[in-house]
Amino acid sequence: MAGISKDEVLHVARLARLELSEDEVARFQEQLSAILDAVSKVSELDLADVPPTAHPLEIENAWAEDEPRPCLSLDDVFANAPERDDDYFRMPPA
Amino acid sequence: MIDALRLTAEEAKKLLDAREISGAELFAAYAERDDDLHAFLYRCDDPGGDGIPIALKDVIGTKGVPTTAGSKILESYLPVYDATVAANCKRHGLRLLGKTNTDEFAMGSSTENSAFGPSRNPWDPARVPGGSGGGSAAAVSGGLAPWALGSDTGGSIKQPSALCGNVGLRPTYGTVSRFGVVAFASSLDQVGPVAKNVRDCAYLYSIIAGRDANDTTTVEVPEVELPTAQDLKGMRIGVPTEMNEADGIEPGVSAAVRKAIELAESLGAEVGECSLPRSVDYGVACYYLVAPAEASSNLARYDGARYGLRSDGDDFREMVMATRHDGLGDEPKRRIMIGTYALSSGYYDAYYGKAQRVRTMIRREHAEVFEKFDLIVSPTSPTVAFAIGEKAGNPLAMYLNDLLTIPSCMAGLPGLNIPCGLSEGLPVGLQLIGPQFAENTLFRAGHALEQALGFDVVPERLR
Amino acid sequence: MSETWEPVIGLEIHVQLKTETKMFCRCRNGFGGGPNTQTCPVCLAFPGALPVPNRRAIEEAIKLGLALDCTIAARAVFHRKNYFYPDNPKAYQISQYDEPLCSNGRLAVPTADGDVTIGITRAHLEEDAAKNVHVAASGRLHGATATLVDFNRCGTPLIEIVTEPDIHDADTAKRFLQLLRQTVVELDLSDAELEKGSMRFDVNVSVRPAGSGELRTRTELKNMNSFNFAAKGIEREIARQIGIYEAGGEVQQETLHFVPGEEDSPPIRSKEEAQDYRYFPEPDLVPVHPPAALVERLRAEIGELPGARIGRIADTLSFYDADVLVTGGLDRLWSALVGAGADAKEAANVLSNQFVAAGVDPGTVNAAELAKLVAARAEIPRAAFDEALSKAGDAGFAAGPYLEQKLVADAGELDPVIERVIAASPGQAEQFRSGKEGLLGFFVGQVMKETGGKADPRIVNERVRAKLSGT
Repeated sequence: MAGISKDEVLHVARLARLELSEDEVARFQEQLSAILDAVSKVSELDLADVPPTAHPLEIENAWAEDEPRPCLSLDDVFANAPERDDDYFRMPPA
Repeated sequence: MIDALRLTAEEAKKLLDAREISGAELFAAYAERDDDLHAFLYRCDDPGGDGIPIALKDVIGTKGVPTTAGSKILESYLPVYDATVAANCKRHGLRLLGKTNTDEFAMGSSTENSAFGPSRNPWDPARVPGGSGGGSAAAVSGGLAPWALGSDTGGSIKQPSALCGNVGLRPTYGTVSRFGVVAFASSLDQVGPVAKNVRDCAYLYSIIAGRDANDTTTVEVPEVELPTAQDLKGMRIGVPTEMNEADGIEPGVSAAVRKAIELAESLGAEVGECSLPRSVDYGVACYYLVAPAEASSNLARYDGARYGLRSDGDDFREMVMATRHDGLGDEPKRRIMIGTYALSSGYYDAYYGKAQRVRTMIRREHAEVFEKFDLIVSPTSPTVAFAIGEKAGNPLAMYLNDLLTIPSCMAGLPGLNIPCGLSEGLPVGLQLIGPQFAENTLFRAGHALEQALGFDVVPERLR
Repeated sequence: MSETWEPVIGLEIHVQLKTETKMFCRCRNGFGGGPNTQTCPVCLAFPGALPVPNRRAIEEAIKLGLALDCTIAARAVFHRKNYFYPDNPKAYQISQYDEPLCSNGRLAVPTADGDVTIGITRAHLEEDAAKNVHVAASGRLHGATATLVDFNRCGTPLIEIVTEPDIHDADTAKRFLQLLRQTVVELDLSDAELEKGSMRFDVNVSVRPAGSGELRTRTELKNMNSFNFAAKGIEREIARQIGIYEAGGEVQQETLHFVPGEEDSPPIRSKEEAQDYRYFPEPDLVPVHPPAALVERLRAEIGELPGARIGRIADTLSFYDADVLVTGGLDRLWSALVGAGADAKEAANVLSNQFVAAGVDPGTVNAAELAKLVAARAEIPRAAFDEALSKAGDAGFAAGPYLEQKLVADAGELDPVIERVIAASPGQAEQFRSGKEGLLGFFVGQVMKETGGKADPRIVNERVRAKLSGT
């Protein structure tokens, strides 16, 4: 069983900025272990010679010309802002 | 009288054009019906006009209309711009009935992961409508909308359509813009139509498909042909053994699908067996690495800084952690953690990297099959609609609902669900899959089969 | 520097492109707007927004890659670099990882002892972060009570250039940076102004026993906003590391943040937190496959590069003069002046001193007119010459009016002034006569002042000495 330790659960939660309670850590450890065990099935295959697919369509060179388009109004910029300070987004200190 | 349960969009348009009904009457016919299925998260007032009403899955951004993606973290969010598909609908005069329920961030197969409670199946309200687009499917089959848009990452259009007994198309990846659609897994997400029949489905697809300068993964699309043919002459239909004999397919589902295949043969199709030996075996594992990996990154923007929920924290990091703890449900959290793990240092090659190679293998297997066949068929869902709560405690069991829809999604292929019969009094869905850009083939086959099958899309209890 | 230690220096440079629009949206790129006025759903990371690459930015990255003799990738891919920070709204930066647009290049840096070739590991495109303003009662970052964010800069295009650890002394690092800056300026990709942050660089420094070939723990120097400051910082860091090793210690891997404006105070140290950026191919974007015709067109647009010109000009002038002229963007004007008849050395002196002080854009100067002035410099009053330089970029600039302001060299005209000046300071005159030679300058200065700077200083010198000595 692939499994995931409590420390690993806490580590990925930290990387993903998810606060977890003790209960959640225990619950997720069990569920994630079962899921990882299932998805580890991909390791059965030897695909060293098979290239990876990042995209189902084989298209390339999609870009736009360097021509300005209108920006949002400040009303729209801050329409959903939890906290606005003058024309800045305000948030707790980094 | 407008029969909201039965009226197709095409019929509605004829009535509007002939001025037999007004736009307001048509809108009201849907808007005034009780939403006891909890298909909608938000219902709009009639914006006026004479177009056909439409419901949009709540992951599709709509300017000035709440767009929550079924998540508490976006509960108060009001987009300041329209998704391209929403703008396309507006341009064609389609009027927004409301935003339909979805599993949180489209992650789920039952709508039970919606932060706002599940939707119910119009055929049996004790059962799920499927997911994640259960709200759109329930709205169409429950007479709350003539048609709707959903979004599909691993089956979120096709599976709910199967469980609710209507027609749903997951288009070829890249044919419909994702701009403005709350992202789940960028290399898989596609918006598509849900309708009462194949012609409506094709028409709605023609409205939303095409290259969008705002989404560089989109391409030009062949002109959509509204299907008319009643036969399947000359069409080569493959029946992949693994997708029709997989463990977990209910006997009633198998029987209905088998009958539909026999019917196809009688309509002139050449039916033959084929094989996708590893796509079914490894598809789910591949999907549950690729999609969570992309999701872990796509959902990182919900940090409480610029929009949506914000919880208190002494510094930025604590604020973000508290916001995401409070605002995200268990399923997004699980997938974010799986995806983060699969991408993290030391695990990338074994998990995400490997899954990408499996994806290539799945594409190749499908490409090989389509050298001999114009389309392939299978059940859409291994089961009919299950009871609300039945699988909610077991994420892994829930994931297996997508066993048959996932492989073609990984390959970027179009898939159409049409209802093909009943099992235990509940609809069974037939999945038709074609090569990339073969939507017209799917419409033609789906339409001919639909005519021959004569399935009544109105849920028995509502007739 | 100790003979037994060899410094190993690598550079990471960010250059902000001066495209009209941002890297992945069509908001304006540039200063000027109020906070958050140059933003849209894409650069604010609103739900559903998708990036669309800027074609010109891609072309400019290829062009710089060509100028740095890089291999242009047949297929380049954008990756996501995942991390949470207030200035990073998507919580990932779109950058490039293992399939960059340009790799495996080199830049030959001319020095007095010949070229030093520095390997270019890669040059890739990425997007810039927003600007955080840390608000605090005390005004110090560490006591901040809130962060205010302006997303105008967020998503503007950057080229990141990474060198091989091929540099072994601070001066070469400085010359490399100056040459690279001049190269991007001439390719017209960027203003590359250090003060404005449109060119930024980090320096990785380690030392090893000379000839050992090993790579020891390195420290990263960040936030140095001048080339001289960088050279000084590198030298200090090299000395510090050598000191540690010679005392039997170990260098710790850490980042040294310099505080702009406080260049003499020691940098702020921080431990490098082990980061896990979880790079993966950006699924919202498709690969870039630069068409051969495009690459060839861009190659053809590149003129003679500054490094080559330094070498060529150093054949005529000293290496030092050539370096100053080219990295100062003055050598094309210099060539034009010489072509119009000015003396090579004289022209170089004028350009690298008075002309630079005048602050005129060399590209706007009428070289033929300026050459006349350079040739006549000795006969024109200093003030007039300086004024001429300050006007040299104006439309209709002509040497004539300045050439007419000849210096007064006639002893008959100058002597009465000189006599007056000496008579006014009898004490100093006496001191001079009793051997205080240094006072000559005092009298010359007085005479120059009296004549409004129009006297020929050589003649004034001569006559003042003669008058004081009583001859």
